Amino acid sequence: MADQIMLSLKVNGQSHSLQVHPFARLLDVLREDLRFTGTKEGCGEGECGVCSILLNGRLVNSCLVPAVQAQGGEIVTVEGLADGQRLSSLQDAFLTQNGAQCGFCTPGMLLAATDLLQRNPHPDEAAVREGLAGNLCRCTGYVKIVDAVQTAAREAR
Amino acid sequence: MDHKVVGKSTQRLDAVAKVTGRAQYTDDFFERDMLVGKVLRSPHAHAKVLRIDATKAKALPGVVAVITPADLPTIKFATAGHPWSLDPGHRDVEDRLILTDKARFVGDAIAAVVAEDLLTAEKALHLIEVEYEVLPHVLTAEDAMAEGAPVLHENRPGNIVSSFGVSFGDVEKDFEAADRIIEGDYETSIVQHCHIESMSAFAFVDSDGRVVVNSSTQIPHIVRRIVAQALGLSWGRVKVIKPFIGGGFGNKQDVVVEPLTAAMSLAAGGRPVRYCMTREEVFIDTRTRHGMKLHLKTAVSNEGVLQGIHMQVLSNTGAYASHGHSIAMSAGGKFRPLYNFRSIKYEPKTVYTNLPVAGAMRGYGTPQIFFALESHLDDIAREMNLDPVALRQKNLITVGHMDPLSKNVVRSFGVPQCLEKGLELIRWDEKRKAHKGQTGPRRRGLGMAAFAYASGTHPVALELAGARIVMNQDGSVTLQVGATEIGQGSDTVFGQITAETLGLPADMVHVVTTQDTDITPFDSGAYASRQTFVTGIAVRKAALEVREKVLAVAARRSGLSPAEMDIRDRQIVETSLGRVICSLADVAMDSYYDRILAAPITSDTSANVRINAMSYGATFVEVEVDLETGRVEVLELWNIHDSGTIINPKLAEGQVHGGVSMSLGAALLEQMLFDPVTGKPLNPNLLDYKLPTILDTPTINAAFVETFDAAGTFGSKSLGECPVISPAPAVRNAVLDATGVAFHKIPLYPQVVFEKFREVGLIPDRQAERSVQHV
Repeated sequence: MADQIMLSLKVNGQSHSLQVHPFARLLDVLREDLRFTGTKEGCGEGECGVCSILLNGRLVNSCLVPAVQAQGGEIVTVEGLADGQRLSSLQDAFLTQNGAQCGFCTPGMLLAATDLLQRNPHPDEAAVREGLAGNLCRCTGYVKIVDAVQTAAREAR
Repeated sequence: MDHKVVGKSTQRLDAVAKVTGRAQYTDDFFERDMLVGKVLRSPHAHAKVLRIDATKAKALPGVVAVITPADLPTIKFATAGHPWSLDPGHRDVEDRLILTDKARFVGDAIAAVVAEDLLTAEKALHLIEVEYEVLPHVLTAEDAMAEGAPVLHENRPGNIVSSFGVSFGDVEKDFEAADRIIEGDYETSIVQHCHIESMSAFAFVDSDGRVVVNSSTQIPHIVRRIVAQALGLSWGRVKVIKPFIGGGFGNKQDVVVEPLTAAMSLAAGGRPVRYCMTREEVFIDTRTRHGMKLHLKTAVSNEGVLQGIHMQVLSNTGAYASHGHSIAMSAGGKFRPLYNFRSIKYEPKTVYTNLPVAGAMRGYGTPQIFFALESHLDDIAREMNLDPVALRQKNLITVGHMDPLSKNVVRSFGVPQCLEKGLELIRWDEKRKAHKGQTGPRRRGLGMAAFAYASGTHPVALELAGARIVMNQDGSVTLQVGATEIGQGSDTVFGQITAETLGLPADMVHVVTTQDTDITPFDSGAYASRQTFVTGIAVRKAALEVREKVLAVAARRSGLSPAEMDIRDRQIVETSLGRVICSLADVAMDSYYDRILAAPITSDTSANVRINAMSYGATFVEVEVDLETGRVEVLELWNIHDSGTIINPKLAEGQVHGGVSMSLGAALLEQMLFDPVTGKPLNPNLLDYKLPTILDTPTINAAFVETFDAAGTFGSKSLGECPVISPAPAVRNAVLDATGVAFHKIPLYPQVVFEKFREVGLIPDRQAERSVQHV
């Protein structure tokens, strides 16, 4: 189609080039075109944080990012957190601490927590809460999510 | 009892799928040539649709179909996720059409578009011309019942869905003879479930001509029935698949998007159509929690013995009945087996208004009733100068209590221990002393509230559960259940029950997490905190059948009788000696491949559970109230639960944390707001609707008093909804303790709290002072 544009980006270390609608959201390109469906949509307007990904090392709501803005960019989604079969320490802590219930906010939480631990490897509880303030969860009361992030941080020591 | 798997915090079965992004939810499936559906919604709270012209919309390239009410069956149907009743008098109110020609709230679905993509569908919506005759509307239950009020549904001229109530004893006599009669008014606001996954479905017609609906639902077998009813199809022509679901909390115990999505596919010649609601649509046109107004009148003796209670409830159900009067009635049954009232008169009215539709939400009316009752008890204690905890302790029922109306018998009752534990954990006496004589702008207070809840819906509704187990060649088993995993962890618990019964480690029970009505055992789904209790009984029954068949094969091998053998840790053993006879895998292989006797070991069973077990608990909380800002901060909170034997402590804690946070949201922050003039929703999004963030949520502590209930599997009772009941009144009571100010409505939003403090003179009214000076 003539009104499509070429987009090149790297997702979880792998290069992709594809034709997208100029208004396409990065979230839709990831989910629908590239089938990285681990990234979820909860509100489509940047309120819930469920669609959080890392774009060029920064935590963003992919529902608010036009795909063209990711041109040439490097993206990490939840599918890119594990090293093959080996889970990241955060993923592992979410398992052992029961950090996921329905699991819908979990990918975004994991990305926000990954971003937090990259910036601050040993956050106290207040810093964990500050770091995850943009991610909503209705199942857990956040208790075991905080536990999981602190466990992962401890184990990285 | 010595259990190997039950009572252990085994890891969630779906945890790896969920942390790796591999768990597939409804929107993660893509069909070839999938189309998109969108809905045109009424801008008016109450209006007749006089004319719809879809000519321009249909002519837009990329539009495949436009659907209006005239294109659909005119069969009115009920949406509530209840089992079908063979008794027409016991069915839900049938007041819905897939699309309506009379809008009853702002956002009511008038027409739908099916298009190649979302942008085209949205453009097409704007091209549909609708002519409305705007009607007067009502937003409150009182206005809806007033003389001359506009009528929402012709067959309910007074807008009352039902005013059926219950009573026992002679409450009037108790009032006449009472030392004291204390009355109070209480009110709860309309809140929403806010599951993070939207309401979503996709549907297509398969090669056999059957309608296939994939949906984010708690109740696949019920969805199948209601889609068929709404579209006038034979029930067997519909198939429903439920993949992973991103939270439900009762909203998905209702049939919301599925009939329309199926109709969209039918209008598009059977092509796959996805209809995923925007967050705004979820707020406006799914379900809400009923806002209720309650008047309580209680007869009390001078010694603090509760004698009779008269509870009048106005329940605002919005534009359509959905679960209708069931919610008010169900909640009216839950509070009874806790305090020893000798007379109760319960008078609920469920009323239509021109607001979004209220339906099932975690707790099913019980949080509203207990907000009123537990606030009222503290008001009584205060007025009579009694200790609030002692007042409750004095009036508790005991084991053996039989509810005079439901005839349910209380077989286990851990409330006394829950109260003791709560007092100790929060250091009640010590803090009480420390709080004495507080002055200054920040005041601390302690509050508590107790609750009772049921396990499933017996005797009100059918409690049928299905389970199927197949033993695999390696001695592992595959378990299928009709009850749905919606995040609460039921699959894991069913796996534990199976593993415990069959002498297997937890990881040798493979639980099929997807429900497909073609192959999944019949079960009404996830609601009423019924999974562990009701479906657990079916799972245990299936596992016991498998055990029996395993031992029969082992008996052939060993010559021992089945009664002399047991399954322990994947081995068949002679019970008396502990001697290993063979492995479970040996038995499994015999069952598959013995040339003469081969018959794979399976069980496909159901349980019609005609018993109930009451679950109990209490919240203890300490708050700090900032008089100058009206902000209420929770400093420490304990929820103590008697849910019988806890099958999986870590998952149980998770249920408590989530339920408490939902109740704290309702207590302090959450409220759906509507323009009082137009009825338009003012905050249908996650920014303006104050869903608690991680920064708003205190550390929540869970504790358990493990009673053993003979009715439940391994002594277990319900838990899922229980934690959402008592935190809100406990917080309200703590604010009363801290400030002496009794609030009668939640949420205790800072502005409301601040204004009330000014009104009662707790803080100076500077604005009033200034205006006085001006005079």
